[in-house]
Amino acid sequence: MSAPRVVLVDDHQLFRAGVRAELEGLVEVVGDAATVGEAIECIVATEPDVVLLDVQMPGGGGAEVIRGVTPRRPAVRFLALSVSDAPEDVIAIIRAGARGYVTKTISGTELADAVRRVADGDAVFSPRLAGFVLDAFAGMEGAAPAVVDPELDQLTAREREVLRHIARGYLYKEIALRLGISTKTVEAHVSAVLRKLQLSNRHELSRWAVQRGWLE
Amino acid sequence: MAVPGTHPEPLRRDPAHAVIAGVCAGLAPRLGVDPLVLRIAFVAASAAGGIGLLLYVVCWALLPVGEGEPAGLLVAGSRLPRRESTMVAAGIVLLLIAVLLLLRTWGLWLSDVVVWPFLLAAAGGALIWRQSQRSEVMETPPAERARPGGGAVPRRTLRLARPSFAGAGLGTTLVLGGGLVFLWLTGALTAARDVVLAVFVVVVAIGVILTPWWLRLVRGLTEEREERIRTQERAELAAHLHDSVLQTLALMQKRADDPREVAALARRQERELRAWLNGGRSGEPRRTLAGALEAVVAEVEDDHGVPVEVVAVGDCPLDEPMEALVAAAREAVLNAVKFASRAPISVYAEVDGDRVEVFVRDRGPGFDLAAVPADRRGLRESVVGRMDRHGGQAHVHTRPGAGTEVELVLPR
Repeated sequence: MSAPRVVLVDDHQLFRAGVRAELEGLVEVVGDAATVGEAIECIVATEPDVVLLDVQMPGGGGAEVIRGVTPRRPAVRFLALSVSDAPEDVIAIIRAGARGYVTKTISGTELADAVRRVADGDAVFSPRLAGFVLDAFAGMEGAAPAVVDPELDQLTAREREVLRHIARGYLYKEIALRLGISTKTVEAHVSAVLRKLQLSNRHELSRWAVQRGWLE
Repeated sequence: MAVPGTHPEPLRRDPAHAVIAGVCAGLAPRLGVDPLVLRIAFVAASAAGGIGLLLYVVCWALLPVGEGEPAGLLVAGSRLPRRESTMVAAGIVLLLIAVLLLLRTWGLWLSDVVVWPFLLAAAGGALIWRQSQRSEVMETPPAERARPGGGAVPRRTLRLARPSFAGAGLGTTLVLGGGLVFLWLTGALTAARDVVLAVFVVVVAIGVILTPWWLRLVRGLTEEREERIRTQERAELAAHLHDSVLQTLALMQKRADDPREVAALARRQERELRAWLNGGRSGEPRRTLAGALEAVVAEVEDDHGVPVEVVAVGDCPLDEPMEALVAAAREAVLNAVKFASRAPISVYAEVDGDRVEVFVRDRGPGFDLAAVPADRRGLRESVVGRMDRHGGQAHVHTRPGAGTEVELVLPR
């Protein structure tokens, strides 16, 4: 498979240059942008496989870019890349449509790996994101006994198990080995969790993030 | 931002299109009607018992002039809901009076002498009481969460800086007025009526003269206070950045030849800044399991310069067994740092209904558990033994080449 084509969106020029250098030879960076408007234009024009997206940007942030691009280029996939580890930011960008979230301290090879995984249609969860998701769904079960849609509003035991392993720092293939399933199955579980996170219209989910942000 | 969208058009007087003082011209766009309609309504209400006149004067006094609002959005946003709540209060009072008059007509009535003064005094008392409650609340503003882009720092100014003495003064007047009316109605005042009348006239005259000046003074004071609080916030922010970020940056430039040290410095600064942005300005670690875990991990990071990531799901108060758990986790992290030095280390804690689990995982070389000599006490004593003593369990999962994971379980 050829290297995935990537567009970088971040309002810090220095950071874009750094990521570009790190990804050199691993993926094909076809463009970058510093603002929401520029980003939408650039993505629509270049049609990349994956967009590396900063969460916090002037003029609406990463979520606004996703909302601007998706109706016109639905095939483009997004991976959030942020210094923020505030749960409301992370959950918001995932719910807007990003297929994963990694922090900016991630190494170049790990980032390239995450990009490839997103390009293949899989989800990328960092340990921290896995922790947030477990926390969010646990909070929902406790707070509201009446589940609107059990398909979407609850995690299965297996999905919880996979998320807990991610939070503990295991890689997908290590999780597969430990649970006696294939790596593909692990990926399927993570994608299912991502789908629930995006589609569950329980507003508890966003309220949880906000509350947690305030309580911390 | 104070609820954008709910106040499309701030409530103002509009002297530019005024007939008398611009109250109707100012209110009309807000209500979406022609000013002429409002004017007719006011005149009609004035003819019918003077209510319109009174209302007009009140609006005149309370509404700021439309052009050149001095303190900008911040003030407009915060003053508006207050004005609306005044209107709501006025509405409630009018309704109450209507109900009372109805009761009076029906004969469900004590006596004019008792009910009206009591009502006045009660309203005044409620005002004063509410005012004192509110100023107490204002002295302890809720912990603000300030983040870059969130813009939460100036938000605090909205909650402070409200003159409370205007309400309190009105309340006092009402209570005193209630008392006077009672005395007057029962005839106790007839003797001193002439004197009271004279004093009353003088007081009203002084009031009319001083009120505009006083109103202006109050507004000026509010603005000044808001400005001062903003300046203080800015100074606090600058001081914090200076003490922390700038110091660290200077230190990093000096140590530029030692990448390990630079990384450790950057990591520590990042952690401190995050804690500060997340509202933990006091610098005190939280007295919960997650807080304590983060604190001990931070300590290990500082001492050894190795990044450790903590993820916690759920939380619980820190009692004695939990402290033992944290201490055991600390040993496990230290162990991981020692044997897996540069590899990433993850700490995961989960608080479930009836038990707490902590996992400490590294991607180091791992080891053969059976081959560890018996005199090596680190893991055995301070991790496994400690957990045993508090009714918990510790398991070490490791194989050469597969990293190490220490699993700690403690029932709650």
